[in-house]
Amino acid sequence: MDYSQFFSMIPEATLMVALVIVFLADLILKGENKHSALSLLTGVLLVSQLAVCFMQTPAEAFSGLYVSTAATNIMKAILTGGSLIVVIMAQSWLQRADVADKEGEFYELLISTLLGMYMMMSSGHFLMFFLGLEMASVPMACMVALDKCRKESAEAAAKFIITATFSSGVMLYGISFIYAMTGTLYFDDVVNYIDATPMTIMGLVFFFSGLGFKISLVPFHFWTADTYQGAPTAVTGYMSVVSKGAAAFTLMAILMKVFAPIAEYYEYLLYIVIVLSITVANLFALRQNELKRFMAFSSISQAGYIMLAAVGSNGMALSSLIYYVLVYVVANMAVFTVINVVETRGKGNTRMSCYDGFYQTNPKLSFLMTLALFSLAGIPPFAGMFSKFFVFMAAAQNGSFLAYFVLFIALINTVASLYYYLLIVKAMYIKSNDNPLPEFRSDCNTKLALGLCTAGIVAFGVCSCVYDWIAAACI
Amino acid sequence: MEYSYVFLILLLPFLSFIVLGLAGMKMPHKTAGLIGTLSLGIVTALSYYTAFCYFTAERGVDGTFATMVPYNFTWLPLGVLNFDLGIMLDPISVMMLIVISTVSLMVHIYSFGYMHGEKGFQRYYAYLSLFTMSMLGLVVATNIFQMYLFWELVGVSSYLLIGFYYPLHAAVAASKKAFIVTRFADMFFLIGILIFGFYTGSFSFSFAGNVVMGDGATPFIPVDVVRAVAAGGFIIPTALVLMFIGGAGKSAMFPLHIWLPDAMEGPTPVSALIHAATMVVAGVFQIARLFPLWIEYAPGQMSIVVYVGVFTAFYAAAVACAQSDIKRVLAFSTISQIAFMMVALGVCLPGHDGAVLDNHAQLGYMASMFHLFTHAMFKACLFLGAGCIIHAVHSNEMSTMGGLRKYMPITHITFLISCIAISGIPPFSGFFSKDEIITACFAYSPVVGWIMTAIAAMTAFYMFRLYYGIFWGTENKELHEHHTPHEAPLTMTIPLIILSVITLTCGWIVNFGSFVSASGLDYEIHLDKQIAITSTVIALISIALATYIYKGEKQPIADILYKRFPKLHRAAYKRFYMDEVWMFITHKVIFRLVSTPIAWFDRHVVDGTFDFIAWGSNAAGETIRPWQSGDVRQYAVWFLTGTVALTLVLLCLL
Repeated sequence: MDYSQFFSMIPEATLMVALVIVFLADLILKGENKHSALSLLTGVLLVSQLAVCFMQTPAEAFSGLYVSTAATNIMKAILTGGSLIVVIMAQSWLQRADVADKEGEFYELLISTLLGMYMMMSSGHFLMFFLGLEMASVPMACMVALDKCRKESAEAAAKFIITATFSSGVMLYGISFIYAMTGTLYFDDVVNYIDATPMTIMGLVFFFSGLGFKISLVPFHFWTADTYQGAPTAVTGYMSVVSKGAAAFTLMAILMKVFAPIAEYYEYLLYIVIVLSITVANLFALRQNELKRFMAFSSISQAGYIMLAAVGSNGMALSSLIYYVLVYVVANMAVFTVINVVETRGKGNTRMSCYDGFYQTNPKLSFLMTLALFSLAGIPPFAGMFSKFFVFMAAAQNGSFLAYFVLFIALINTVASLYYYLLIVKAMYIKSNDNPLPEFRSDCNTKLALGLCTAGIVAFGVCSCVYDWIAAACI
Repeated sequence: MEYSYVFLILLLPFLSFIVLGLAGMKMPHKTAGLIGTLSLGIVTALSYYTAFCYFTAERGVDGTFATMVPYNFTWLPLGVLNFDLGIMLDPISVMMLIVISTVSLMVHIYSFGYMHGEKGFQRYYAYLSLFTMSMLGLVVATNIFQMYLFWELVGVSSYLLIGFYYPLHAAVAASKKAFIVTRFADMFFLIGILIFGFYTGSFSFSFAGNVVMGDGATPFIPVDVVRAVAAGGFIIPTALVLMFIGGAGKSAMFPLHIWLPDAMEGPTPVSALIHAATMVVAGVFQIARLFPLWIEYAPGQMSIVVYVGVFTAFYAAAVACAQSDIKRVLAFSTISQIAFMMVALGVCLPGHDGAVLDNHAQLGYMASMFHLFTHAMFKACLFLGAGCIIHAVHSNEMSTMGGLRKYMPITHITFLISCIAISGIPPFSGFFSKDEIITACFAYSPVVGWIMTAIAAMTAFYMFRLYYGIFWGTENKELHEHHTPHEAPLTMTIPLIILSVITLTCGWIVNFGSFVSASGLDYEIHLDKQIAITSTVIALISIALATYIYKGEKQPIADILYKRFPKLHRAAYKRFYMDEVWMFITHKVIFRLVSTPIAWFDRHVVDGTFDFIAWGSNAAGETIRPWQSGDVRQYAVWFLTGTVALTLVLLCLL
């Protein structure tokens, strides 16, 4: 065996090293400064990981098991950045007495899920892909359960792991169909043998359902609300952006690479699932009054928009999806950072009604939250508007009547989404409350996380060069 | 690259706006004022330096000053069309830089005294900076679209400044009126721009070849007039006339003039800056900017400009004769003078011998720009003088004034100088520019020439009526004993002195034609003796008439005239009921016949539909709520059902 092939997968290798370093540091470090030393160490490691992802050149190793392209590298960088923000914003939660001793575990689990996502995105083989998926999935359940003394957290983790196992089973079943029909599991080979027999289509849908579960597309989304609500807020944020982004990217890459000969079928599948996801999630979100649950439905609907990119099978699909995930990471993390602050300072309350009159006491936090919500709703000039625009444009290039119809439904749904995002803004600014939340003084970590997110929301919107850069790299 | 510093001319006022707008309330008044004034001082210095470099540079091979484009970048590429932003220097934009920065600097200094101690002093300076930035951006625009952007910004800052005293109902109403009327006109401007862009494939102005692009500047997409002409000869004229409507709105041409007199509710220095010297001439500037297109492709339609201009000039002069509020008199005088500039542009004739641009046939172009320049100076001086007077007597009404010359000598002298200038008496600057306009009018048609001469005579008459009413005439002793008027502080009188010195000298010291002319070639201004003497004599006669009627303590002739023609006086005082006509059109016709049915439709049909959709969505949300039961077994069932159903759908459908 040629060991030099490991050099092609430097990002995975360095992340693995980072995992070991954090693990050892967690064991060795003692005393009062453990907390700050450990978090600083993780932060530095993630930042350097970011640099590694940018420097990585496209490569292929282990006879096609591992493939890294410019697009996967950008995606890895984005996800690493998102994880970094999660680490920063989680600090105020990690300082709480009952979780402080689990800080190291949190970092280790986070890094191992990230490693799993790296593998998943860079896989060139179905089994490799499945390994990555599970590697990201199992530690994720532990993260959800990190607050295990809280009943909700444990319940959320149990629901997550049970449904995840179930979906993995269905997906493996689907993959076995594909293997049966084509006799191979290498992406590059499957594409040569695949054709539209009922069995492959069944394999396609079953495979799709497995990743649809991770992205939480309707009808594979039921776990989302319960898990998002019960999980610690930092973990919810992590799941809603990083995990979802990785899965969406992988799904689109595999659909376009492996299932290209039966594109007609998977496009149909996407049409149905997108319309269902956006519409049903919006209907659920309209009547929510629990903010984390609300954000769960919002993320389902956003997932529908992300997958719109995959409808347009051309160069724009990839770049618009990556850009959408990038923008979604910053906007959603900003919202979760605010939720996290309010939750840790406001006695664990995440009900929407506790945001009534929030502006009176915390004008700055309300303002940043509003910016993030505007970006999620797609109001110009924030980045969210442009990301939606590019995704719509990618889908419109498909050119078929059905694609336009789906676009139309998606457009109508943006109006509904605007309504429920603005409900929060209304609660913060307009609703009066005799007993609003007290004034917080945010710690510097929260400020840093919010600052990064807000800078992203504004800068990615104003600088068109970001998208151009991604598009140029993806070609 | 030469002129690489010009971006500072736009950037500095903008920064000053940002700083004052965000942090102004935390600063003491003095600091805020100093920030605004200092940044504008630098801008003025830069503008003068730019002008010096530009006009002393060597002329090109074809004898014109090269058009410099230090910056130009594509802001929004739209396939064929591009929205560019940049900075362009050519003779008229450099001249406008001088006008705007000079008057704006004077107003900044003056406001130190005038606005002393006002609430919102910092906000006032922030708005002034914003306005100055937008106006400068308008004149250096490299294309019509950029011009429109800044055009609207100018409108917004004007709105903010007119409504500066927002607790006063009148100020709020006036700012709304100004904004709505000019916006209404701007709609036509926008339509014109779109037509122009669609058919010619470009937003850039039509140029002579002599253009020097800066490093890294995007070259202009050439205007494809051939295509537009091929699409029908009416395309370019239609676009130009629509754009002219927009310009007429900003420049207060009849019948869109109604906002300008009301805009006098704003602080007086603002009136001097925006509603006398800079913003209101934007319409004139727009036509001058598009002049090559007008003269080549729409010479016939230029008569529209002439007719509108002549009528407005006459109408405004007539109204000015009867107003009693000194700022209103000045406002109508401004309308009349801008109409002079419009007429001057309109009376330009196609060139001789096949040349499109010809300095002799198009003397009006030069005259119009010249008058714009001189008028900006003396009208700003008049307004600032009026500000001193209002500051002294705390009222705008002429009845509270009279005999003020004893109390306010500096204001008196500078006001007199400006009055003589606007009346067109040599050697004051107004004489030179107005004389060129009348010469151009006579070349176009003797009828127009005589009408304009008559209006010039009316100008002299009402200006001196105003002058005597303020400084001579019957003194309101009762009021003045109670509160003795006094001369304004130095910060207010220095700008007056500077502006009156410019007014005194700028007519004969420089040869304006060598800087700005229709074809860009050097043009020697020579006075037509016959016309010069005639108009001077007529102006002197009307001044004498005004002296005879209004100078004395008692004014028997004025009273007799008033008694003989009460209806005419009343009609002129009421501005010939133009506001009432507009009120009738909007309230009675548009509101009742158009808006009421639309409102009904909106309230019942549109709102009803959307209420229904909202109710439906809410109800659907409520209905599907039980799906999310929290029961994991059920979730698994749904999951599997969904997967199988999707498979079946795919298999059956395809």
